[in-house]
Amino acid sequence: MKYIDEYRDPATVKALVAELQRVVTRPWTIMEICGGQTHAIVRFGIDELLPDEITLVHGPGCPVCVTPIEIIDRALAIASREDVIFTTFGDMMRVPGTDKDLLMVKANGGDVRMVYSPLDAIKLARENPDKQVVFFAVGFETTAPTTAMLAQQARVLGLKNVSLLTAHVLVPPAIEALLSSPENLVQGFLAAGHVCTVTGFADYERFAVAYGIPIVVTGFEPVDILSGILETVRQLEAGQARVDNRYGRVVQREGNTRAWSVVAEVFEPCDRQWRGLGSIPMSGLAFREQWAEFDAEQRFDVGDIQSQEDPRCQSGLVLQGRLKPTDCPLFGVECTPEHPLGATMVSSEGACAAYWKYRPAAAVRSETVRDG
Amino acid sequence: MCLAIPGRVVSVDGEGLLRTGQIDFNGIVREVSLSLLPDAMEHDWVLVHAGFALNVIDEEEAERTLDDLRRLGELGGGLMGGDEFDRRERADGNSNAPPDAGA
Ligand code: SF4
Repeated sequence: MKYIDEYRDPATVKALVAELQRVVTRPWTIMEICGGQTHAIVRFGIDELLPDEITLVHGPGCPVCVTPIEIIDRALAIASREDVIFTTFGDMMRVPGTDKDLLMVKANGGDVRMVYSPLDAIKLARENPDKQVVFFAVGFETTAPTTAMLAQQARVLGLKNVSLLTAHVLVPPAIEALLSSPENLVQGFLAAGHVCTVTGFADYERFAVAYGIPIVVTGFEPVDILSGILETVRQLEAGQARVDNRYGRVVQREGNTRAWSVVAEVFEPCDRQWRGLGSIPMSGLAFREQWAEFDAEQRFDVGDIQSQEDPRCQSGLVLQGRLKPTDCPLFGVECTPEHPLGATMVSSEGACAAYWKYRPAAAVRSETVRDG
Repeated sequence: MCLAIPGRVVSVDGEGLLRTGQIDFNGIVREVSLSLLPDAMEHDWVLVHAGFALNVIDEEEAERTLDDLRRLGELGGGLMGGDEFDRRERADGNSNAPPDAGA
């Protein structure tokens, strides 16, 4: 398929790996921030092709994974109401709340539906005027315009039975939180191409200067990722630190300004809790007052919920790039996609899920080490 | 979550918030909102995420990058590393995500 096959071409991959081997002289640690890239890296074994000097660490770029359990529990409570049709992306179905997940709510008679687009909620709201349709809006800047558009279309169509439970997160504040941490080991960043499709990358230029770190906007296919790594290593080796765009076919510096203005009209930045990273200032999106009528949190009073993460799960460390999934003692033993202890094991962008899916050998290895 | 895939605009309908397009994803045609991309036209390649086209793919820029990479291949390529990749790619099959494979 055009725009995919040529970016998986083995000869080009080979050439990029050879060039990396030629330019690298010292150890470097590079973080890919985006969970979609994490999956591609593990799936295609890109980390295993790299020269030994280069270490890739997986970042917190999985919006499902960083959603705090309090919000998951709230979603579960709203989805359990008889008057509600609860819609969500497939990723959210198995994310564990304190004592259940959305799939269990569905099995117990809740009307929970997996949708492909926020606009499916509009369709459902029109078809079910006597029901409240709620969309669980989880995602980064890539997804935010699509959920903001849901509110805008609902208003234009005069739909009173649609609302959104929002858990949006923003990437630049998270990058800044990681870089400013005294424990930071990351020397270069691959910036998430699809986030930048919407926001552009002007924001990152400040970080490159302030923290002296190369940031390279990168796509999702093996050739894209390797070429992003190559540019990062070239800069590191030359002592440079700037923003470079290796995903020029879909990313421009200013992004999609129309899409971002839709977001800014409906939402405003707010402080947000991230699993694993704690509270990050201005890293979330909340409804502006003029749009508060679409806020499911305000529409449905679910009372006090006592939330409790499974204390055994170490996904907080995985999300900071400080623990490899296969080094978690529960990986593949007590924790599998069928019985997940943390969101990182079920989300299609979660690092634990990526290793489970594409590195079954690693799963077996860690099991035998433990058994033996 | 940020999965976005390329498709080609077959036709355009409506305007403003309700502007939509029929998009061809490798033979599967789906309706997608073009509300965030007022300038997208028939025959454009667009990047689609969660039912919305987010950007037009710049064909010239794509060609330029690929040319650069091909030159790299002619200069120093073919040393090592690709074989393992070959194997994985085959084992994985051609699993380009269909347009409704999730968010
Ligand atoms: S393997 Fe399971 S328990 Fe361990 S960190 Fe990942 S999600 Fe948590």
